[in-house]
Amino acid sequence: MSTVIETSGLGKAYRRTWALRDCTLAIPEGHVVGLVGPNGAGKTTLLRLATGQLTPTRGTISVLGARPAASPAQLARVGFVEQDTPVYARLRVADHLRLGAWLNPGWDGELAQRRIGQLGLDPRQRAGSLSGGQRAQLALTLALAKRPELLLLDEPVASLDPLARRDFLRGLMEAVAEHATSVVLSSHLIADLERVCDYLIVLVASQVRIAGEVSALLAVHRRLSGPRRDPGTLPAGQDVIEESHTDKQSTLLVRTGLVRTGGPVHDPAWTVTPVSLEELVLAYLNPANDIPARRPRLGVAS
Amino acid sequence: MIEFQLDETSGVATYLQLVQQVHQALRMGMLEPGEQLPTAQQVVAKLVINPNTVHKAYRELEREGLARARPGLGTFITRAPAGTDPATQARFLAAMTDWLRSARSAGLGPDDVEAIYRTAFRTCFAEGAA
Repeated sequence: MSTVIETSGLGKAYRRTWALRDCTLAIPEGHVVGLVGPNGAGKTTLLRLATGQLTPTRGTISVLGARPAASPAQLARVGFVEQDTPVYARLRVADHLRLGAWLNPGWDGELAQRRIGQLGLDPRQRAGSLSGGQRAQLALTLALAKRPELLLLDEPVASLDPLARRDFLRGLMEAVAEHATSVVLSSHLIADLERVCDYLIVLVASQVRIAGEVSALLAVHRRLSGPRRDPGTLPAGQDVIEESHTDKQSTLLVRTGLVRTGGPVHDPAWTVTPVSLEELVLAYLNPANDIPARRPRLGVAS
Repeated sequence: MIEFQLDETSGVATYLQLVQQVHQALRMGMLEPGEQLPTAQQVVAKLVINPNTVHKAYRELEREGLARARPGLGTFITRAPAGTDPATQARFLAAMTDWLRSARSAGLGPDDVEAIYRTAFRTCFAEGAA
């Protein structure tokens, strides 16, 4: 299967500070990828490296098999909705569509008109007077009408109210269903990600903590609780991601080695429960957790 | 046509929720062989979920032999799941109700009953359970 973004040892430094470090990823096509991490973790940097707005300090990145922004043709294959979904405040909605048609060779004017109609936007209205949700939808329409193979979105729904957020994600998912577009979106709203993403990348402190298909990740993580014990006594092939202990009880979030059998935990002293995506993400986001080395092939399973 | 719902607090994977709702609708007679399932586009518009999730659920239903995709037309129900004979179901429902009544009159509370049920369930269905 071909990849939409492939990086190797990718790093970006501003002066002496690394915004992204030693990032090695291979994101397969056909997914809606959630890029999760606290502010300043390197999400925007990774997305801008993928659009070619930034150049790597170290390592390599290829997007849809080519160097980002290497040619006008390459630019046309990638859509990008920046943070706060910028539009031109003084231009009317219709002007945005004309501009899009003029700037993009593969412009799908019919799609743009249809979406504007469905959204109930008045083409004569100036973008500056639109609501936050409408502005975001206009920015999404412009990105979708490019008919990109890969759509990148940086915190597209962070500033929207819950209803506008749902509407935005609905528009995005409908486009994915219709055009089979691959999507990478950064967000820290885990509930939204749980609905729409089937691939997850967790970035913390400029490094990738975990990456893979959501179903595969959930299949190899378990919560164990039982009588207090040293996690060092667990059977081989299980990495402890998070642990908490009381004087009598231990609770562990572990990553098991075997994907297909659902985890080889046979010790009857443990109560084994599946973890939710939110628990999983929170465990990997927590800087206090010392995450064992990543298994690079984890995300390829299924 | 079936209308899917999503329970975000259930902890059940979204695709499985869709599969289970089709099973349930077939058992209740709300869905019958020959009927069409909503298109991925329709499900996505209603639930705001990843279309791959819908495809995965429909593939699972096809694997079970309950549905078939007709290219360009959609996915259709082919047959009801086996073992849904209403008389058999009614018989076991009655037996279970009797059992629960006798458990309650013996002084067992809901938690006791659930613990017993879970233990017995595990004993009988241990193989194949995740």
